[in-house]
Amino acid sequence: MSRLRLATAWLGGCSGCHMSFLDLGEQLIEISDAIELVYGPLVDAKEFPEGMDVTLIEGAVANFENLELLQQIRKRSKLLISFGDCAITGNVTSLRNFFSVDDLLTAVYHAGPGSAPRSDEADQVLPELLPRVLPLHQVVEVDAYIPGCPPDPERILAVLSSLLKGEAVTLSEVQRSFG
Amino acid sequence: MPAITLTINNDLISARQGQTLLEVAREHGIEIPTLCHLDGLEAMGGCRLCLVELQGAPRPVPSCVTKAAEGMVVTTHSDKLVEYRKMLVELLLAERTHTCSICVQNNNCELQTLAAKLGIDHVRFDYLHQQLPMDASRERFALDHNRCVLCLRCVRVCDAVEGAHTWDVRGRGSTSRIVADLDRPWGTSTSCTDCGKCVQLCPTGALFKKGATVGEMKKERSFLNRILERRRLAAQGGTP
Repeated sequence: MSRLRLATAWLGGCSGCHMSFLDLGEQLIEISDAIELVYGPLVDAKEFPEGMDVTLIEGAVANFENLELLQQIRKRSKLLISFGDCAITGNVTSLRNFFSVDDLLTAVYHAGPGSAPRSDEADQVLPELLPRVLPLHQVVEVDAYIPGCPPDPERILAVLSSLLKGEAVTLSEVQRSFG
Repeated sequence: MPAITLTINNDLISARQGQTLLEVAREHGIEIPTLCHLDGLEAMGGCRLCLVELQGAPRPVPSCVTKAAEGMVVTTHSDKLVEYRKMLVELLLAERTHTCSICVQNNNCELQTLAAKLGIDHVRFDYLHQQLPMDASRERFALDHNRCVLCLRCVRVCDAVEGAHTWDVRGRGSTSRIVADLDRPWGTSTSCTDCGKCVQLCPTGALFKKGATVGEMKKERSFLNRILERRRLAAQGGTP
């Protein structure tokens, strides 16, 4: 039986969801025979590969780099899963939606303490912020959701287990709360 | 009290005259979700989660304020009602900023639990991200409008049980806000007795005890029925 080709991606989030993924601990070894992890912060691959079975995406869509990667992932993945509250609701990442991007950058980098890192050079290197932080499903079609900040390892395992059995992803009532 | 007979979800059910449809349904183990309703407080029909369908009625009615009547034919969980309830909670989540992960009420919140119960794993509407103020001017308690769902439990308990009527509502629709003493900072309210009843009944983290950090706020509601029961006994001439 061919292994499930799995990718993970990290957009606008704190990497806590990936930490929770690692918290699967020894269970990761148990499922490693059935899963091939080919892309993500835990893997050394530069380009997002073609032909993914499942991609778990942590974080909200906060800048143009996130946006382009998300669109590429959608094209190259059979199943795209919003992984954690930032991907699903915007969560903490989206709290900057209270402000316009200009007001935000001014408050943080110009009016705030320290010198402003904004320059022509920085503008060419750092991805430009989107006017508003968006949950994934407002940008591309999302196939399933794993809520939680972060989703605990049991939730992640429940989802991976149903995917490996070829079943639809369904979380129980206690496993699908936000926060 | 005279008994009446009605049909709920194709079952013949007997009820007492004067009972609401919500009371009758719950007595028979039919779970209808509610948010603004709380046993002991006057029913308001505000959150609309308890909507049910009545045969012959042009639109759904809130079961918490609709009295059971002889021969009524009621449906509590049609596909349409289940979808409406989901939509209502999604709209509440989108209207203000209920970031569970950084809320004092995380994991002890009625809105959070309700969303999970109704199967809401994402919100299909745009989040408004209105930046609403927080009133932390009171010494012991604070009010975060970003978490408020306008259930008005605070308004009702302050008026009917504490008798202070500190709280009221300003504005209309989604611009409505809970206000203290005709819209003054809560800290300057002269009618508030600091009893904390509003804080304990608030279903979310909108009203909370100062000093609680994320997930620390737990609410204690047993006082409500204790007080109301003693009042009922006193009114009957018994010893409270």
